[in-house]
Amino acid sequence: MATQKRPLFDAPIVRRAIGDAFTKLAPRHMVRNPVMFVVLIGSVLTTLVLARDAMGGRRDIGFTVQIAIWLWFTVLFANFAEAMAEGRGKAQADTLRKSRTETTAKRLADAGDRTQTTTVAAPDLRRGDLVLCLPGDVIPSDGEVVEGVASVDESAITGESAPVVRESGGDRSAVTGGTKVLSDYLVIRISANPGETFLDRMIALVEGASRQKTPNEIALTILLSGLTIIFLLAVVTLQPFAIYAGGPVAIPILIALLVCLIPTTIGGLLSAIGIAGMDRMIQQNVIAMSGRAVEAAGDVNTLLLDKTGTITLGNRQASEFIPVSGVSIDDLADRAQLSSLPDETPEGRSIVVLAKEKFGLRARDANGMEFVPFSATTRMSGVDNGVFRIRKGAGDSVARWVREQGGVIPLDLESIVTRVAQQGGTPLVVAERHTATSARVLGVIYLKDIIKGGMRERFDRLRAMGIRTVMITGDNPLTAASIAQEAGVDDFLAEATPEDKMALIKREQSGGKLVAMAGDGTNDAPALAQADVGVAMNTGTQAAKEAGNMIDLDSNPTKLIEVVEIGKQLLMTRGSLTTFSIANDVAKYFAIIPAIFVATYPPLQALNVMRLHSSQSAILASVIFNALVIIALIPLALRGVKYRPAPAATILRRNLVVYGLGGLVVPFIGIKVIDALLVLAHLV
Amino acid sequence: MTTNGWLQILLFSASILALAKPIGWYLAAVYEGRVRWLAPIERALYVASGVNAEEDQHWTRYTASMLLFSLVTMLLTYAALRLQHLLPLNPQGFPGVTDRQSFETAASFTTNTNWQSYSGESTMSYFSQMTQLAFHNFVSAAVGMAIAVAVVRGLARRSAGMLGNFWADLVRGTLYVLLPASLVLSLVLVQQGVIQNFASYRELTTLEGAKQILAMGPVASQEVIKQLGTNGGGFFNANSAHPFENPTPWSNFIAMVLLFAIPSGLVWMLGKMIGNARHAWAVWTAMFVLFLSGAGLAYWAEARGNPIHAARGVDVATSAAQPGGNMEGKEVRFGIANSALFATITTDASCGAVNAMHDSFTPLGGLVPLVNIQLGEIVFGGVGAGLYGMLVMVVLSVFIAGLMVGRTPEYLGKKIQAREVQMAMLFTLLSSLVILAMTGVSVVLPAGLAGRNNGGPHGFSEILYAFSSAFANNGSAFAGLTGSTYYYNTMLAVAMLFGRFALTVPVLALAGFMADKKIAPETAGTFPVTGPLFVLLLIGVILIVGALTFFPALALGPVVEHLFMGAGSLF
Repeated sequence: MATQKRPLFDAPIVRRAIGDAFTKLAPRHMVRNPVMFVVLIGSVLTTLVLARDAMGGRRDIGFTVQIAIWLWFTVLFANFAEAMAEGRGKAQADTLRKSRTETTAKRLADAGDRTQTTTVAAPDLRRGDLVLCLPGDVIPSDGEVVEGVASVDESAITGESAPVVRESGGDRSAVTGGTKVLSDYLVIRISANPGETFLDRMIALVEGASRQKTPNEIALTILLSGLTIIFLLAVVTLQPFAIYAGGPVAIPILIALLVCLIPTTIGGLLSAIGIAGMDRMIQQNVIAMSGRAVEAAGDVNTLLLDKTGTITLGNRQASEFIPVSGVSIDDLADRAQLSSLPDETPEGRSIVVLAKEKFGLRARDANGMEFVPFSATTRMSGVDNGVFRIRKGAGDSVARWVREQGGVIPLDLESIVTRVAQQGGTPLVVAERHTATSARVLGVIYLKDIIKGGMRERFDRLRAMGIRTVMITGDNPLTAASIAQEAGVDDFLAEATPEDKMALIKREQSGGKLVAMAGDGTNDAPALAQADVGVAMNTGTQAAKEAGNMIDLDSNPTKLIEVVEIGKQLLMTRGSLTTFSIANDVAKYFAIIPAIFVATYPPLQALNVMRLHSSQSAILASVIFNALVIIALIPLALRGVKYRPAPAATILRRNLVVYGLGGLVVPFIGIKVIDALLVLAHLV
Repeated sequence: MTTNGWLQILLFSASILALAKPIGWYLAAVYEGRVRWLAPIERALYVASGVNAEEDQHWTRYTASMLLFSLVTMLLTYAALRLQHLLPLNPQGFPGVTDRQSFETAASFTTNTNWQSYSGESTMSYFSQMTQLAFHNFVSAAVGMAIAVAVVRGLARRSAGMLGNFWADLVRGTLYVLLPASLVLSLVLVQQGVIQNFASYRELTTLEGAKQILAMGPVASQEVIKQLGTNGGGFFNANSAHPFENPTPWSNFIAMVLLFAIPSGLVWMLGKMIGNARHAWAVWTAMFVLFLSGAGLAYWAEARGNPIHAARGVDVATSAAQPGGNMEGKEVRFGIANSALFATITTDASCGAVNAMHDSFTPLGGLVPLVNIQLGEIVFGGVGAGLYGMLVMVVLSVFIAGLMVGRTPEYLGKKIQAREVQMAMLFTLLSSLVILAMTGVSVVLPAGLAGRNNGGPHGFSEILYAFSSAFANNGSAFAGLTGSTYYYNTMLAVAMLFGRFALTVPVLALAGFMADKKIAPETAGTFPVTGPLFVLLLIGVILIVGALTFFPALALGPVVEHLFMGAGSLF
């Protein structure tokens, strides 16, 4: 999906959210959030008391009016926060919906005959139908390519404008509804019924329509509900205490106290935080199938990373020239470079660069040379010109070529090839033949796995967070060990079969650990399903995508690390705002308790440490602060708290200072300021 | 405040610190079944009562056993008190105890509260004291310890909800810990002058020529378990202020050390059983800091005395000739420091023994015991009850703050999820429910108001204190409140039963749920439950949760009274 970076407060989203804040007042919706539901009831009660007073002809209702207004604002602000969080997703869903509607499909009656098609609307397609897609056609639904090869524009889903190849068989056979065929043709077997396609699921997910509370959210809601009950008891019992002391307290004041004490800050922002977490995933082009998966990402202990494409670049680079005896290294470098000049593969380019950097060989003009490209049958590439021919390629293929050209194989070649392989490299044998002479072997180019830049630092950061990384590779243990050490991963699994991978995941899980992995192939599917966080690559097979609980639209397995960080940030944001919310209550007590009882017990004025102007201003300032803090924290809830990878103790210390201590201090200042403003504005 | 006073507080602190490990080590050995020196008796008890002590009980079964045992022993005591006049060892010929009084007393002693709204020396026969009340002093303490051990097992194990065997825990705690300690230490107290006899009460002529009846009885044997088991129910009405119960500064010191001995040892045992001594010391330190703050505040408030006295020209300064400060309701042989210290300790632990009248403390001095009780008596706390109450606070702290490190909160490698939070919150909100609601009802009902000795905020404090003390199973009274009425006997008994049994069910459930969980290995990303930061966090959560619940009530009681005192008026 095309994710433009939207500003946090995008005007259309804000407008829509304001409207939604009111529609969300429906009790059916409010009851899902016990804390805010209590505020809603409090607002209604206060309004009723107000109406009674007004009809009773009381004049001094200005204070109650203001209390009622701010209580309603408290509810609306919380709804607004949730609507804001949903807004971005809804905007994206709208875009997605456009690509879904108005598509028609060419249905085939018979797989073998591409000429007989009937045009049907996309929503009429059923699982198992065969459709034909020609260049320019939008693929009507999810499916499996059964025939043909074509380039497909998937930018509607992934935002990536470069087309990708889809072909029948293998790991690139899955196509997604809403993407567009650019060349050739595809015959697709539809694999999803209407309403169940990837696009449909994505729309539901980004819209938050099917949002369920996650386990941690449920636990937190229980805590918040428990606190709400405790405060309800504290406030309700205050009335008999007040009667004992000499006079009952007005109902709106008790409600104001209750609303200030119950954790409205976190209660109001809780669902927004969860939605925003999913949204941050989407901005990273990762679709999480459930909030539960995002949460689990934060808890991950072990990351399983495939070597190729994740830890190392997909292609290897030349790192050394090893001549056979009797050949000078300069000759080898020279021929190797010559043979690679027209070779546009990354390996080829790396050979040219190595020769230039280590042996000062400038890239020469390749004019007059004919490039012999690599083919699966010859397993060699090279150059020919009138005078000489050079070949480089797999050891046995080049050896055969040399023998055919009347040359002999040097005795030390085999040992060089073996050594390179053992060190984790790929040996490329280089040979040449001048017109006058027979062919001869020059030596070996050591192609090496190249660790992606910055991986070591990322693994260090993960380690600091207590996450262990395990590299999965098909290489032999020797090779794997040397790459693992160079990359700085904690462990590796060499010569890994899908069964080994599965066994590793189960072993980690039985030790109480949570495992995350990325995968794309069909044989990854069982492991993806077993892992606590399974990120499937969008380029992967349908089976892999269904097994995982997240899909990376960019198909970048390294993103697993970002996924983990987003999960952690989500949990941190919740915890920080909970702490902040609870710490806030101390100041509110100091504002409201003396305000309520100072008339009965004048010495209680000593508890009015903020020196608030009057009882009314103190209560009103507390309620206003309580409402405004929700608005003030919306950006934090949507963006998440600042996250820097560090050990838990460090993060805890920092967040405790900022949100715990801050939560204690900020309301003292805030309430005092609001109190002063109320006095200035003559509102009390 | 005097150097001597602080030195005594320091001496006490050092003793507790020194005893934590040896006692904790012994407790761990007892509950892990490694102490066997009374094995024949132990086996005989199991055979006689027909229980299978080898069975590992699921938390539901453990809880059911505990509830059943408590119910049966409570009913037996109720019957014994009602029928006291028909039973032996009753030299004074006391009649059967009234129904309301029997119900309350049975509840009180079964719940380890030992709230006494009667005078022991004029109500209870020696038989009732020794076979009923003393029996409960032992077993209610053993039950508390058993629950704590079960909770610790739940944290330490991965065992599908199994928490050990209640009957074995009950017998072992009594047989290997409480009985031998009481036997030996009773003799020490006798040496200090605590009486131990079955004599009839003695009538003496005082120096002034007046007649006075001196109550007698087997006091020393009851005294040790009263302190060691954090029971607090005195043989005499004056409790530890009575010279036959607590004659010397040494007996007073021993009494105080006994109070914290097991609760502090249990914390060490926690470290041993979970294999994380540093965590246990962090919990211990949090408790100690709270204890020392309370003791310091109470000592300061009492030594400072009553400013109104000073304003009237009364000499309240400390000198060689007088202790100074607020001596009202205190024993001269203990003085300010030891009275303030005793009051703090007895309310930190859920004991309730007193050597001074808390009612006569200055408002802030009286605030300390009240707050200690309302925080749930988790500062070392009652035997067992203190530890499991504290562990609930630890679970809450870990849950609230644990999210801040970006993981699902984990305690000792176990995830804290919905069910655990549910139980912890149930535990927490029950205290506000019972204490606040019952106080609220009592301060407006005529039946509740009738019992007050004082009006205004002080009268409010008396009622608040009574329900706090009953619910937290402390048993000390602010005094001043006449508790022996149908209303208060019944209400307080209900509060005590809630405080014990309504709290232990969620705690054991929590432990059972925790026992069910996988233990994740500790990594750099694990929420740290050791070190100064955790200690501060734990203290902060305890104070804030406690303060948030009781701030309004405290503001209308001791706090406003203190402010009034500053302004020159008393209640």
